Formats: sequence, structure tokens, C-alpha cells
Amino acid sequence: MAEHEIVIAGFGGQGLLFTGKVLAYAGLLEKRQLSWLPSYGPEMRGGTANCNVILSDKTVGSPIVQNPNVLIVMNNPSLDKYENAVVPGGKIFLDSTLITRKVERTDVDVFYIPATQMATDMGIHGLANMILLGAVIRETACIREETLPEALHHVIPARKADLFDYNMKAIQAGKDYR
Amino acid sequence: MVVFEKPHALTDAVLHYCPGCTHGIVHRLVAESIDELGIEGKTIGIAPVGCSVLAYNYFNCDMIEAAHGRAPAVATGVKRALPDNIVFAYQGDGDLASIGLCETVSTACRGENVTIIFINNAIYGMTGGQMAPTSLLGQVTQTSPYGRDPKTQGYPIRICELLATLDAPAYLERVTVNSVKNVNRAKKAIKKAFQNQIDGKGFSLVEVLSACPTNWGMTPQKALQWIDEAMIPAYPLGVFRDKGAE
Amino acid sequence: MKETVLMKGNEAIAEAAILAGCRHYFGYPITPQTEVAAYMAKKMPKIGGTFLQAESEIAAINMVYGAASTGKPAMTSSSSPGIALKCEGISYLAGADLPALIVNVQRGGPGLGGIQPSQADYFLVTRGPGHGDFHVLVFAPASVQEMADLTGRALHLAWKYRMPAMLLADGTMGQMMEPVQLPEPHNAFGTDNPWATTGTELKRPHNIINSLELSPEKLEQNNFSRYERYRQVEENETLWEEYLMDDARICIVACGITARISRNAIAEARKEGIKVGMIRPITLWPFPKAPLARAAEQVDSLLCVEMNMGQMKEDVVLAIRCQKPVDLCARVGGMIPTPDEVLAHIRTLAKGGNA
Repeated sequence: MAEHEIVIAGFGGQGLLFTGKVLAYAGLLEKRQLSWLPSYGPEMRGGTANCNVILSDKTVGSPIVQNPNVLIVMNNPSLDKYENAVVPGGKIFLDSTLITRKVERTDVDVFYIPATQMATDMGIHGLANMILLGAVIRETACIREETLPEALHHVIPARKADLFDYNMKAIQAGKDYR
Repeated sequence: MVVFEKPHALTDAVLHYCPGCTHGIVHRLVAESIDELGIEGKTIGIAPVGCSVLAYNYFNCDMIEAAHGRAPAVATGVKRALPDNIVFAYQGDGDLASIGLCETVSTACRGENVTIIFINNAIYGMTGGQMAPTSLLGQVTQTSPYGRDPKTQGYPIRICELLATLDAPAYLERVTVNSVKNVNRAKKAIKKAFQNQIDGKGFSLVEVLSACPTNWGMTPQKALQWIDEAMIPAYPLGVFRDKGAE
Repeated sequence: MKETVLMKGNEAIAEAAILAGCRHYFGYPITPQTEVAAYMAKKMPKIGGTFLQAESEIAAINMVYGAASTGKPAMTSSSSPGIALKCEGISYLAGADLPALIVNVQRGGPGLGGIQPSQADYFLVTRGPGHGDFHVLVFAPASVQEMADLTGRALHLAWKYRMPAMLLADGTMGQMMEPVQLPEPHNAFGTDNPWATTGTELKRPHNIINSLELSPEKLEQNNFSRYERYRQVEENETLWEEYLMDDARICIVACGITARISRNAIAEARKEGIKVGMIRPITLWPFPKAPLARAAEQVDSLLCVEMNMGQMKEDVVLAIRCQKPVDLCARVGGMIPTPDEVLAHIRTLAKGGNA
């Protein structure tokens, strides 16, 4: 399996770190080499934030993703910041409800998903990140679908266990979106 | 027949204190209290930086020498690691009320179950007579050669009164040792401060107004008088907190 | 060995310390190490241990001094500005020959600096963090697994040699999650501490924990005997990793996160046919002088990759006795060198130049 170097970027509060954790736990369950690195600091609430996840079959060197082959992006400033960092042939998944412009690069695959609008329509406000993740799993196979439920159980805090079904629903919606 | 003996909790080391200094009296009162309460074997004392820096040589119990002002933090560490032992810190005014004020207030605020003996002689003794946080207004020292001027050097700090604003302390009393009567009162207070710890009552501090004839530039007799005439008016004796009595 | 779990570096340190038997933690909040304190705050009360949020870094290290005086393993954690405040207390620990664990998750400086990762405390911690002649053991983990492993080792060696030990990480290492296998609970320290102040029980002469010695003759002897112990540490406890050094003509020297970054650069350079390897110091004190001196016989040049202005480079130059040119790839202030930046330096060195 290829190495996946993933950047998840947007505003603090959009569930970026959570999305990364789902990927990381799935990687753990699949016994892959991996790292998960959040940005930290005052920008954690409201400002731009990001999370780097590397899933690999070799020892992970730098946990800092310089050139992602998968970019999940949920606001305009983050697209501005990371668009040119994506490797040629990489994949960009963007929340087209929140990102008003198109990707300018022509050497990458872009998936425009109105994730925030979809989440609102489905009554699962706040799960746009999981909708995007569904599309990522479909398009990149960076993790196996069958490990996903257990990974989610690891990441969702026990006191919020009732949110599991909503998360699965969001992921399914992302997978189904064309 | 009553034989006047050295308390067991004091070693045979010869004290280095100046003639007329009251550290020796207070050391004895601490040691007597430890003897009478039968706690020497489980007591751990913390010596400060200042004139009593060598206190670790004088007490027979296990002793720790702390950095300047940090004795309450060290005492906290010991007490948390060995909650069943008896822990006391012995500190002067520079140590407790200046460089270590933060540790003093915070340890009191947590109600740490330790005993603190605070020697207030209104001057830095070991370094040769500089102004202390407790030096009196107008007091002439090496670093207040024209007398402590509140406009530039502030006012004396009253530790018992300050700590009495906190909820946690169990026992705060100010005593002195300039007469037989006062020595007996001081002994009672110090013993109580240890008894409180045995009973798990929490933070106990006894402030002892002490004489420093050398750095005050007085004879020992005059120094004891000066405690009455100058120090007690600024630092009234008495109990500022006694949770046991309330 | 337990199952593999996913943990942040800071949490792995905390859990590993608990598994090694540490039950006394004293700290003060500071970014980016706060997870250590938070983890301890949650866990210690449930296992009969101490978590105490001290009034200051200074108080915290002195509480460690107090707890360590009783012979029990105690620790604190902080980040660069807080470590500077602890230096007085660390010097007292060293002077009183007390074991303790100090965790430093470094951030950019000087002054208040920033909160992003840095390695700029290298001088501070490797030269003896405080006044007087002394050293502390310094461990520089490069993965979450090593953060766990070296925490136990640091506690163990601190007790073995009766000296403070420091675990030196940076914001990246502290914040990142990786799979980690934690050890089974074990006792990393001795239980027989005849020097400890635990109460005499009237059965022995009193113990004194102390760094004061007013006789210069005796104080000199204390220093000499401490340095004899340090010599043994240097002889027996130096750790390093050699990576692709067999045929290397260029030797990267990097520790912690910059070693991870350098691995990427080495992989790229090797694809271009450049023979580059790495020596990664795992202990910064004692510093792996011997392997570096050996490498200097073999390679054409060395390259230090650091998140400071070349502090470790000085140790490298000394270790190889200036035999070969030593280049520096440095980013500071919370900036992290990229593999491309390291690669650019490697290419220049491969062409025979200095970058």
C-alpha cells in the first residue's frame, strides 16, 4: 500500500484533529506505521488549524507533512496555504459550502463536496468533516472500510457514544456523494 | 531534683550563633517540643538560607537544607511523599517574608499539614545587617543607612496578619522570647504547632520576634528591651488564627 | 509488553513515569507540555500518588527536591522558560546528589519567545542547568516510543547515579501521536536509600540532605567525587543511533525531531546516489563523542541539523577535534527545517562545498 501523507486543514472547531485521529486509529488497527501531529497554540479555537497524518508501511521519518498527497480542506485561507504544497497527482477534498473559489492547479484531482450544506440538510450539524472523510476513504483507500467502525469507537469519547451512528451516517453520505 | 538537660532532639554540636542571639532559645524550644511529643524519630526538618542555615547540624532528626526561601515548597514535597511523618521548616524573615513569600503564602493557602517556625528579627543577619522586609520604619541598616523610608523602601510586612486573611491556615501565633514569661508562651505555641500537625489540623506557623544584637548594634540586654519597645508595637503578640479553639 | 496504543508524546512520558514507579509529580502549566500535567492530574489521585499544581516552576522543582529527599521517585515537567526558573533547584538537586526526573518540552526563545517547537535549550541543559559544576543526564527521544522508553531509563539512571535526569523533547514530539508499546509496571529505582530523610526512628544517626559545604577543601572533594561518578556515566550510559553509516561520506548529526526530518532527506539523497548517513545522539549528556570521532575518520564532512543556532555543532566540532568540516542546517524561533532544506545542504556538501 502506498504511503499516505495527509493534511487536514481549516478552522479550529471543525473537527480537524478528530478526523485525523480516526485515520490514525484505523492505521493503528491495521498495524501500519503512522504519525499524527496537530498544530497547537492560540489558533486552536477559531483560527486556522491543521493536522498532519502519515500512514505508511515503512518507518515514518518526519511527522511533518511538507507535501501532502491527500489534502482535506475546510476554509479559504487553508486552501490558499496548502494548494501549492500538494504533490502532482495528489487529491484535494474540499468543503465547497465554505470554500468559495476553485482550485487553480490542473495536475491534481479535486473533489468539491458541499459537506457543510449536506450536514445541515441531514440534521448532523458539525459532521462535515466526516462527510469529507467518507469521500477520502472511497477515493484513496488510505484506510480499510472495515476498520473504520472500531477506529470511530476509539475516538468518540464514551460520554458521546450516541454520536457513533451520526458519524457513520456522515461517512456514508460522503462515500455516496458524486 | 530537677536537672536541666539538653533536649535529645538537639545534637552536641556547638551553636555558631552570636552572643545574645535568640536562635538558640528557639532551637531549644523546638527540640523540647519534639522530645515531649515523642516525634524525633519521624520528624524531618527543613533548614533555610540565613543565619540558621546550619540548623541541620543542630537538630537530631533527619534534616534537609533548602534553597533560599523554598523551605515551604521542600516541606510540601516531603509531606506529600511521607504524609505520616512530621515536617517542619525553620526560616528567617528574609527567607520566609521576602524571597520565599510566594512559597509561604501558597503553602499556607493549601493548608499544607506542616509546621513553620518563623524567626522575625527585622534584619538580614547572615549577610551582615541589611534591611529585611520586616525592618521597622526608620530602622537603620546597612542598606537603609538613613533609616527605612516608606516612600522608597515600603512598610514592614506582618506575616501573621497577612496569612490570617487566608481560609486554610489552622494556627497562626506571634510570640517572642525576650523574657522568661514570653519564652514559656513561645514554647506553648511551638509545641501546639507540632501537636496540630500530629492531629492533622493543617498549616501552623509561629512567628517569633527575635533579637539580633550584633546587627542591631546593641547589647544583648538592650536588644531584648528593643523587642518590647519597638518591635511589639509594630508586631503585636497574639493568636491570629486557631481553628482548634474556634 | 502491553498492546500497542496510540498516544501523544507528552502522555507517553506521563504514563511511562507512572509505570516506572513514579508517584509524585509537581508542576506548573506551560505550553507545550501541559498534557503531562493534565495526565498526572487525572491519574495520580486514582493510584495513591501526588499531583500538585505548584505556585511556580521554582516551587515545583523544590517540591521535587523535598520528595526526592525521602528517596521516592519524583518528577516535574515544563518548557524552556520554566526550565530556566527551575535551574536553581536543579543545581541544588545536583549538589545534594538527589535523583529526579525533569521533563523539558522545548519551545522557541529567548525570553518569552514563542510556543512552537525548538531545540534551543541545548546549551542550557548539556552544560549543567544551574550554577556550579555539575551535569544532568539528558535524553533526546525521537519517537513517542522512545519518549516512553527513555522516561523509564532516565528515572532508573537518576537513581543509580544519584543525579537529576532530563528528558528533552520539543513541542512537536510532545504533541504528536504515534503507536507505542508501554512497559509493564516496574520499579525503575532502588528501594534501599540509606541516605534518604525518612525519619531516624531513633535507630540511626540523622541523615542530612545538603549542598552547603563551607570548607573549600571538602567542597572540592565533593566536586571531584561527583565528577568521578560522571566519568562512569560517560563510560557506561552514552546512547546513540547510527543510521546508514556503513558507506557514508557525509554524516548528519541530529537529535529528536530534526533526526526524523533528516531521515526523509537522507532517503531522497540516497536516491540521487549521495552516500549520506546519520549519527543520532540519544543522550546529549553524555555526548556520543567516540562514534563521532570514528565517523570523522570515514566521512568527508558532517552536517548538523538543529532547531537552534548551532549549539550542538560545538560539541560535534569538539568531538571530532576539527578533523572535518561541519556544516549547519538551522531553523529557529519555532520554525522547523524541511527535508528539502536538509537535502539542499546535503547536495552542496556532496559537491564538495560548504552550504
